[in-house]
Amino acid sequence: MRNSVIAQLEKLAEIDENIYLLTGDLGFGVLDNFAITYPNRFINAGISEQNMTAVAAGMALENNTVYTYSIGNFPTLRCLEQIRNDICYHNANVKIIVVGGGFAYGQLGMSHHATEDIAIMRALPNMKVFSPADPDEAVEVIKYVNSIQGPCYIRLGKGREPRIHADYGNYSVHKVMELYKGDKIAIISTGSVLGEAKKAVEELKSYDINVGLYNVISIKPLDEDSIKNIAKQYETIISLEEHNNIGGLGGAISEVLSGMSSNKAVLVRMGLEDVYTSIVGSQDFLREYYGLSASAIKEKIKDYL
Amino acid sequence: MDSKELALNMRKDAIDMVNKSHASHIGAVLSVIDIVAVLYSDIMNVNPDNPSMYDRDRIVLSKGHAGIAIYTALAECGFIPKAELQKYYTDGSVYSGHVSSKGVPGVELSTGSLGHGAGVACGMALSAKLKNDTYHIYTIIGDGECEEGSIWEMALLANRYKLDNFTVIVDHNKMQAMGDCEEVMALGDLSDKWKAFGWNVIDVEDGNNHEQLREAFDKRVQNKPNIIIANTVKGKGISFMENNLLWHYRDPQGDDYIKAKQELEAN
Repeated sequence: MRNSVIAQLEKLAEIDENIYLLTGDLGFGVLDNFAITYPNRFINAGISEQNMTAVAAGMALENNTVYTYSIGNFPTLRCLEQIRNDICYHNANVKIIVVGGGFAYGQLGMSHHATEDIAIMRALPNMKVFSPADPDEAVEVIKYVNSIQGPCYIRLGKGREPRIHADYGNYSVHKVMELYKGDKIAIISTGSVLGEAKKAVEELKSYDINVGLYNVISIKPLDEDSIKNIAKQYETIISLEEHNNIGGLGGAISEVLSGMSSNKAVLVRMGLEDVYTSIVGSQDFLREYYGLSASAIKEKIKDYL
Repeated sequence: MDSKELALNMRKDAIDMVNKSHASHIGAVLSVIDIVAVLYSDIMNVNPDNPSMYDRDRIVLSKGHAGIAIYTALAECGFIPKAELQKYYTDGSVYSGHVSSKGVPGVELSTGSLGHGAGVACGMALSAKLKNDTYHIYTIIGDGECEEGSIWEMALLANRYKLDNFTVIVDHNKMQAMGDCEEVMALGDLSDKWKAFGWNVIDVEDGNNHEQLREAFDKRVQNKPNIIIANTVKGKGISFMENNLLWHYRDPQGDDYIKAKQELEAN
């Protein structure tokens, strides 16, 4: 995902000389080509995320499009007030790209597990929040965020995520994407954990159990109309995210549902149950451990059939 | 209007504003007013008729609680009508206690949380440097503000990129919200600290003396970021406010207000 994104950013930088990329001393091997191609527009701001973020705001206020890059919690939580006061309040044109969304850096420990970032970024006025599931989605997100003015948060996995969509061309960054129509239960997923949901849904299909599967790339703004339609069509919505159950996609969906005068669906949130990860492991292991694997999703669905 | 007259008018405006609004921070405002007055009067290329002209010099007040110093400078220099100052602290106004860029022409950045403005100003300077723009970026920080880690992150980057289009001025009045900087955090020798970070350090013995401030700006060098450490007096210009922490919080009313005005009128 990250390589596709940076390659796309290089293409955009070729066209627009006001694009800058700042890193908090991370991206070894990933950012090299950008740095070599555009040495004057690549800034290693050092291990200092607060300043990187403030500097990005200052550069953006001088009519530049500025990307910051680092691992999950560092260019977000570490410098939250710089994002709030310097970027978001001034609607500065800064795009925060993180790698390591959820458990992508599973073995590295809780410091490197981004599991509250969506909730926190989503709470900031002017900030838009994107959580692509695969490299194709991520590239579309970068094209889109570069075309608009104002702060954006782009939550990536790391590398080598499989392509989920055979043909991405029919989808849009903004619209909730329908992968499968179902009968009573619909999963609404965000991020690369969509792969687990797809596996679960496809396996259940072989037992004639039809579960709807939907994907959200833009968590903020959220395609509320589609969420409302799904809520009217199904009895149960399962929100799925590699993130705390508070304030993320499940939180965003619950905000929509609570505003409906009548809806059919009950919301079940599948995410971290308000805990920090206290063990390490591969992303697959942690998904299994914290109940976000395909098998866990199937079990959850059986509870609501 | 020369810088001394500008500073005097700003002080008179400031006393009226805090008296009317019951605002805090007059001590910090009086401390920094001379620096701001010299910048607007003698140093910066700014244009009240075109406050957002591309090649203007930028000023970011990182110690945003002294916002009155910027508002009064803008009013006295014709960026905003003087009547606007009446709106300070009032319901529905954009004139917040901490300086606001929203709705106030000539203000580059809204600040208030310490340790932010200097980093943003550094970003403005980096952008100008990378684009070979010739304008200059100024930021004013407090000495207590130097306790923020983000200030030293900024110091590293500005040195790394040799931002000689960037001048930081420290309003070094030796006091912060809860006491003397030395007692609160053993702030030590600021000149030595900034020198150690690679900056061209210019010490100003009397940071409320306009001639000394002007000379300091002449001592800037190329190939390094510049910092002027202006040894100021908190509450400068009103005898009973000088070096008295109480006036970080208190606003002059009754006899205090009359006495403050009399002292300024006697200039």
